[in-house]
Amino acid sequence: MGSRASTLLREEEIEEIKKETGFSHSQITRLYSRFTSLDKGENGTLSREDFQRIPELAINPLGDRIINAFFPEGLDREDQVNFRGFMRTLAHFRPIEDNEKNKDPTASEPLNSRTNKLLFAFRLYDLDRDDKISRDELLQVLRMMVGVNISDEQLGSIADRTIQEADQNGDNSISFNEFIKVLEKVDVEQKMSIRFLH
Amino acid sequence: MEDFWAVVLAGLKVWVYLIVALLMVPAMFGFSLGISETYMKILIKTLEWATLRIQTVNTEQQILKSPSFNGLIQREEGSMEKELGELRRSRPKSPLGGDFSLSDCFYFYRRGVEDIVEDEVTQRFSSEELVWWNLLTRTNYDFHYISLKLTMVWVLGVFVRYCILAPLRIMLASIGLTWLVIGTTIVGFLPEWRLKSWLSEWVHVMCYRICARGLSATIHYHNKENRPRKGGICVANHTSPIDVVILCNDGCYAMVGQSHGGLMGVLQRAMAKACPHIWFERADMKDRHLVAKRLRDHVNDKTKLPILIFPEGTCINNTSVMMFKKGSFEIGATIYPVAIKYDPQFGDAFWNSAKYNMVSYLLRMMTSWAIVCDVWYLPAMHQQEGEDAVQFANRVKSAIAHQGGLLDLCWDGGLKRAKVKDTFKEQQQKMYSNMLVRDQQETRRRPTGDYKTHRRLQDPQEITRPTGDHKTHRRPQDPPETTRPTGDHKTHRRPQCLKKEKCTTGSGHITLRFDH
Repeated sequence: MGSRASTLLREEEIEEIKKETGFSHSQITRLYSRFTSLDKGENGTLSREDFQRIPELAINPLGDRIINAFFPEGLDREDQVNFRGFMRTLAHFRPIEDNEKNKDPTASEPLNSRTNKLLFAFRLYDLDRDDKISRDELLQVLRMMVGVNISDEQLGSIADRTIQEADQNGDNSISFNEFIKVLEKVDVEQKMSIRFLH
Repeated sequence: MEDFWAVVLAGLKVWVYLIVALLMVPAMFGFSLGISETYMKILIKTLEWATLRIQTVNTEQQILKSPSFNGLIQREEGSMEKELGELRRSRPKSPLGGDFSLSDCFYFYRRGVEDIVEDEVTQRFSSEELVWWNLLTRTNYDFHYISLKLTMVWVLGVFVRYCILAPLRIMLASIGLTWLVIGTTIVGFLPEWRLKSWLSEWVHVMCYRICARGLSATIHYHNKENRPRKGGICVANHTSPIDVVILCNDGCYAMVGQSHGGLMGVLQRAMAKACPHIWFERADMKDRHLVAKRLRDHVNDKTKLPILIFPEGTCINNTSVMMFKKGSFEIGATIYPVAIKYDPQFGDAFWNSAKYNMVSYLLRMMTSWAIVCDVWYLPAMHQQEGEDAVQFANRVKSAIAHQGGLLDLCWDGGLKRAKVKDTFKEQQQKMYSNMLVRDQQETRRRPTGDYKTHRRLQDPQEITRPTGDHKTHRRPQDPPETTRPTGDHKTHRRPQCLKKEKCTTGSGHITLRFDH
């Protein structure tokens, strides 16, 4: 915290992040300030421990999965994420603004589009990145959310029911397209967005 | 050459006499010559001018300096049930029950990422951000060159603070402390007359006044009629070790703490000679019964001074009040709550013990502009019928937070260093499981009447436990409403625990004890 914050972030970097993520200049500087305050090791990157130091995140049942989302390379304990990676992940939670829809159609889809938000959520289930949510993966997430309060059999039947409803091609797992179909009526734009103030 | 030294010596003599006459004597006898008031007036004028300069330059250059220190994000303040209900609304309810939806996780993901961007707890362990710069580089959030005049004023400020004020303050503080040690030792030799306690109080207050001058502390006391009396416990929010000086300027208290070695130890032993304080050996501090017993003995002796305790247990950055440890609230004594609020404009009083040790912290204090604070004495509180120590502690905490304009949090200040307990996560999991399972039960048999009887309250879960069992859980609050006043950086006022307390006591649940 303090004057270190903005001096270590160069203007070119801010411009690049702006283009990539769509955050505004002041949002980026403020998020950089937050990044540095979380970075106890002061080496310009965050480790998993840095995230776990946030109490509200530590008590979130899916906290570990969320932290994982910031470290896309693998489940290696030694992983570090730099500010660009941090912002890239956060960009998924930017609200979808109408004017963005009219932007250059040849440009790649922005990180916070509906599809990308859903992909982000899908990847939180699909740990092994085989583009399918298997029964086991679903059970894992369910177990994280309910703790010890529901028996294995009950949980298993919930998982089976969920897969049954979503599965269309009969492979007993949920692909990304099936995932999108099941959630087509859910207001993803609002529920997976955070209102950033300027 | 010799003339030079003679002149220097003469100059020093004059300097010392001036200090004694203008600063120490008034401090000793409690009146003021108006020097500090004049200094403060000049300071305020300068800071206002500086603020205006920055504002005009910013508007000229059209820099959108965002004084929106109300926060980075605006949160959805819904409870778990409400949010999950909304998420599931789109799906038709499955006839087989077990209402799990793949979108349930969205709630947790969003909460998690919101907490990564901005959380309630970790920001309390570092200094508060200021909206406008107060001409100290240490509070500089986003420094860039504004104007020549401003920089000149800043340079002048540095000179004044480091070369004039700091040596003066250091000298005063050392005089104050030395005098404290000598004075209390002398008083300690006297036999137990009534005069002794009067003298001891006088010596204490005098020395603390000198120390306060040594920090250029301007203190406003409010509601002095509620000042703590003998045989009670005075309870205040903790921001720094200076809190002790602030409070002891206006009354005499018995301190509680660990006995140290070295300089602190000398101080402690001297103070203990003049009037009884409660110093513990490190090993004894772990023994809660011993601590409680000594406190109780002290409190029951009506001739002894009120005990000063900071129940948060650690320094918090003066924007909020964190969980009060229940130890002092179990004794059954009268509690005198005191709220202390520092004005961050003149100097940041928070001691970030991870970043600075005691000496560098004191040096920072002495090179700030001044320490300005308000002290409110609140009416005495007693433990009520059917209220246990934890509820009582929370009630006192809410009163202090409300008076001082601070945020009332239920998180433990110990989270500065320790990890949060798993029990809180388990609570969240339990709440979610209930939503899954309850829905299953609903579809299997539809009971008539009110679902509310099956429903658990969302909010701080006060789970019943039979007496004797201390290992229970308590969920920290979701902040319910965010009333973020625009433009005003000082207030993070939220009517917090007050509302929650009403909910929970009405539910018939008795509070849990959790072990610290």
